[in-house]
Amino acid sequence: MELTKEEESALKGEHGETMETAYRILVAIGEATNAEKLVPIKWAHLSGVNYNTIGDAGEEFLSKLSQDAKVKVMTTLNPMGFDFDSVSKYNLDKNFIEKQQSIKQSYEKMGVIPSFSCIPYEIFDLPEKGTQVSFAESNAAIYANSIAHLKTNKESAFSALASALTGKTPYSDLRINDSPNLTINMKIDEPNELAFGMLGYFAGKVADNSVSISGVSEVNKRSCKSLCGGMGTSGRCGKFFLGEGKENAEKIDFGKKEMQSIYDELNTSDHGDIITLGSPQLGLEEIADLSSMLKGRSFEKRCMVFCPRVVQEQARKIGYTNELERAGCEILSDCCTCLTPLVDKNEIDSVTTNSIKGAYYLKNSNGVDVNLKSLSQIIQDETK
Amino acid sequence: MTFKVIVKGKASGKIMKTGTPINFLGAVDKKTGVIHDKKHDLAGRSIKDSILVFPYGVGSSVGAYTIYSLKSNKSAPLAMVCAKADLSVASGCALANIPMVIATELDKLEDGKEVTLDTESDKLITFRE
Repeated sequence: MELTKEEESALKGEHGETMETAYRILVAIGEATNAEKLVPIKWAHLSGVNYNTIGDAGEEFLSKLSQDAKVKVMTTLNPMGFDFDSVSKYNLDKNFIEKQQSIKQSYEKMGVIPSFSCIPYEIFDLPEKGTQVSFAESNAAIYANSIAHLKTNKESAFSALASALTGKTPYSDLRINDSPNLTINMKIDEPNELAFGMLGYFAGKVADNSVSISGVSEVNKRSCKSLCGGMGTSGRCGKFFLGEGKENAEKIDFGKKEMQSIYDELNTSDHGDIITLGSPQLGLEEIADLSSMLKGRSFEKRCMVFCPRVVQEQARKIGYTNELERAGCEILSDCCTCLTPLVDKNEIDSVTTNSIKGAYYLKNSNGVDVNLKSLSQIIQDETK
Repeated sequence: MTFKVIVKGKASGKIMKTGTPINFLGAVDKKTGVIHDKKHDLAGRSIKDSILVFPYGVGSSVGAYTIYSLKSNKSAPLAMVCAKADLSVASGCALANIPMVIATELDKLEDGKEVTLDTESDKLITFRE
């Protein structure tokens, strides 16, 4: 990879230890993806916020880094482990809360916008089409590429951080060539968001870094986010196109058999002790939908609803949260179904959710069983 | 065997090899290096102090932090050899200073063999008797 003189001197440590580290990461991923140069980005979105996932080593790394590091471009942040507004109601240990506080402060000190959201594409104004960005959250990277017409690779926590600190990224992979060599033919009639999530999870397993999906005319917001979440969980695919794709592309079907096999992999229980909605977090449109679906009905068990802080504030002004809270929902911001310690296997055996991404992490990281149902099925079965 | 160096370095140890991609966040214990995903063919084994040979990393972008944590907890592999590039493994190894290469003909690297990996050498891998 060709570096400019200034980039070269930063790599040698002449601009300090932080820049040396950041450029070392950029050069490694540049070499790994055969990039020829670095290009500027306008927006970085970071993962690696939840103490549950980055642990003591991550907390210490960020604390040290934040002593002199500052982000060079607009930088937003993934969810953390819990919502500081309601954490006292949960049985969470003090060490977790302190370490999470330290991580939050380190990012704020570096100039990162404390958005704590996995759906930056729904709560910030989008830059113009074709803009280079660096998104580490996989559902957000896929959404940015496929729907928002931005350009990003499916970044890692460190590659996005290095991009935030330098304002640059290696010019490679999906940033240059996003042409898919595989078309998946969607053969499920009237698919709901759960079917789209399973389609995404299937696509992630079989596709390389981009894929065409045929047999789908339009996808609503809820289904689209579910598709992005599922796809980001299972593989390396970072972009989808709706349509037939290239004539010479390999073609495979996603039918009832394929969907059943994904369902059997992720659904491990026929009921849930609690319900969680939101992975990816719910946007205002989904909160509005949920409040109208719940009109007059109430949940018969705990239902946790995850949405960004700014969405909760808007929903509160409009009055949607009144309806949700009346129906028994716990509304949580700054965290998400995925990897929150608030779902504790010592207290909960199983969770009902419509999230494929949530299902994978609830089972593999939180260690609880999962009961998969679409939102409309959840409302029908679990409310009165 | 042709190879491309992603992170420079030298290490000697025993090869631990799998044909299954590794989800570092979901499958590896960041304190001990033990693979705790029961469906993985390395389940129950620790990748600590190994020359880890695997196709590529998959899953969460936070997997890069898992690699960094393994190194901080002294449970990291000594080096990694992959068939394909992935950003989490490349950036995690870069930050943690774990030698890492992308290489062809991984079938020449057998599980359990004692080797020296040197990214500065043309041969990359020498087998130790």
